[in-house]
Amino acid sequence: MKVLVAISHVPDTTTRITFTEDKKALNKQGVTFIINPYDEFSLSYAVGLKEQNKAKEVIVLCVGPKEVESTLKKALAIGADKAVRIDTEPKDAFIVAANIAAYAKEQNFDLLLFGKESIDFNGSQVPGMVAELLQLPFVSFATKMEIENGKAKVTREISGGSEILEVELPLVLSAQKGLAKERIPNMRGIMMARRKPVEVIAPTETQPKVETLQLDYPKGRTQCKFIDPENIDELVQVLVNLGALN
Amino acid sequence: MIYVIVENLQGSIRKASIEAVSYAVALSEKLQKPLQGIALGPFKEGELQKLSQYGLEQLIHVTNEAYKDFSSINYTNAVAQVVKDPTVIVLPQGYDGRALAPRLSIRLQMPLLSGIHTLLEPYEQGYKAQRIAYSNKGIETVYTPSQKVIVTLKANSFVPQKKEASLNITTTEVAAATDKERVVGREQFSGKVPLTEANVVVSGGRGLKGPENWGMIEELAQLLGAATACSKPVADEGWRPHHEHVGQTGIQIAPNVYIAIGISGAIQHLAGVSASKNIIVINKDKDAPFFKNCDYGVVGDAFEVVPKLIEAIKRYKGLA
Ligand SMILES: Cc1cc2nc3c(=O)[nH]c(=O)nc-3n(C[C@H](O)[C@H](O)[C@H](O)COP(=O)(O)OP(=O)(O)OC[C@H]3O[C@@H](n4cnc5c(N)ncnc54)[C@H](O)[C@@H]3O)c2cc1C
Ligand SMILES: Nc1ncnc2c1ncn2[C@@H]1O[C@H](COP(=O)(O)O)[C@@H](O)[C@H]1O
Repeated sequence: MKVLVAISHVPDTTTRITFTEDKKALNKQGVTFIINPYDEFSLSYAVGLKEQNKAKEVIVLCVGPKEVESTLKKALAIGADKAVRIDTEPKDAFIVAANIAAYAKEQNFDLLLFGKESIDFNGSQVPGMVAELLQLPFVSFATKMEIENGKAKVTREISGGSEILEVELPLVLSAQKGLAKERIPNMRGIMMARRKPVEVIAPTETQPKVETLQLDYPKGRTQCKFIDPENIDELVQVLVNLGALN
Repeated sequence: MIYVIVENLQGSIRKASIEAVSYAVALSEKLQKPLQGIALGPFKEGELQKLSQYGLEQLIHVTNEAYKDFSSINYTNAVAQVVKDPTVIVLPQGYDGRALAPRLSIRLQMPLLSGIHTLLEPYEQGYKAQRIAYSNKGIETVYTPSQKVIVTLKANSFVPQKKEASLNITTTEVAAATDKERVVGREQFSGKVPLTEANVVVSGGRGLKGPENWGMIEELAQLLGAATACSKPVADEGWRPHHEHVGQTGIQIAPNVYIAIGISGAIQHLAGVSASKNIIVINKDKDAPFFKNCDYGVVGDAFEVVPKLIEAIKRYKGLA
């Protein structure tokens, strides 16, 4: 099997987010970038398939400028065979999806793995768009998958439960926690990653369909009103006032 | 024509769909464009009729049994066949919506604004709206120059408005395209209230010391009709199931009231819960970071405060 893992390059989860003065973009200064945590689940799953000799090749792909290569290198250290960067600004989900689909069309992947969402734009858009562009089945929020004889048995999270699907490959999937345990790169992986290639590909001609007009900070919670534990009825009254108790 | 898609949860209409319908009704009034609902698959007797209480007047019901189970391909095909000259399509941003909306966006060549929480506004050549970005650390105003747009509505962000209407349901059939995404099994989580839909969520962290202490959390949740949740280490330790883990790497929720018990309030935890309308924190450490990010706080030992709270609620409800 040949597996694609789409990786989004996102600010570290502990980062304090600030925006540029024109309020149009993230202020990248001093920000550490990481592999999108949900993409780590799909990457770890793919590397697991290699260890079981089910996957021959795992290719990680990121649509973005040169700076995303640091994140691709981390993915190589975790165990991907090859990295591809499509050289364009990921201005909106459509541009990202169109570029990933154009690349995938020529590659005959059996599995195309994504995260359930990127933690920067939280859009949940790219994987479904890629599936439609390639006319492939799509399972979102996958928490478990077994592959046997060209068929996948996938468990996906649904409202209040989970659902098990049987899907033929090739398949597009977006990962939720549970799909695989995150892997930490070891020394050997980091050394090997140095020798693995990062292929840079020219983008397809596409225009964004959605743009950011403005970025604002959410209203902070101004102040905590403290309630004395000795006076717990006050908390009951708060719950009543908030409509949590009737 | 504006369309709103009603999700089918094993024959029932979810709260998220009611929010979407009510939102679409408000949008239809604002944009002065007619509205039609779309529902797929078999529903319980009288279930669809309930939407008349929220101002919906027209609904197309695709009745084929095949749509009982969600399939991103089949649903996309069916919706694409049913809509005629759509200007806006509204979907709840739930589990199915997140798979269906992006496919539809490509199929119908309508840009997608996902997870928005404000009413769509005409702006320049197209529309704008607001959404959460950067895991609750930012609010993004998005714009599309397109006259046609798909929007997914963030759960719990629009309060449904009651409005009596007479609902006319038209039934139709659209053959299912494939069985490439075949549902072969289903499992219900034990919790009574789905986490992403709950009005109130009671959540426990490492401060509760071990799984044997969750009895009081569940009792409190039950009294409040709440869903239960937990912090990441609690799920990682196996004290609670993974599907209760909220935060940056778990589930993102926005209930009306979030009650955090024995949770420190790490930034990754806040990323999943700070969209909640009200946050109540119970923690024995007055310097816990969560107290800087909440509305109400009780400094105290959970093992004393929670049982006391349970007793007080029971007294209030006349149960004790
Ligand atoms: C990449 C990454 C992603 C992450 N994603 C998430 C995520 O999605 N969700 C998440 O929750 N975390 C996440 N984390 C972990 C996060 O950083 C914190 O470690 C975690 O949230 C802490 O959980 P906690 O508050 O339950 O435990 P602790 O930090 O150990 O806090 C326990 C709290 O309980 C209080 N306490 C102790 N005893 C009592 C008592 N008897 N009564 C009352 N209070 C008491 C203590 O004062 C303390 O504040 C992530 C971390 C990383 C690195
Ligand atoms: N710039 C990108 N390059 C490659 N993959 C991406 C990019 N952005 C998003 N993705 C993939 O799409 C998933 C969902 O992202 P989103 O639609 O932005 O929430 C991510 O988890 C990644 O797998």
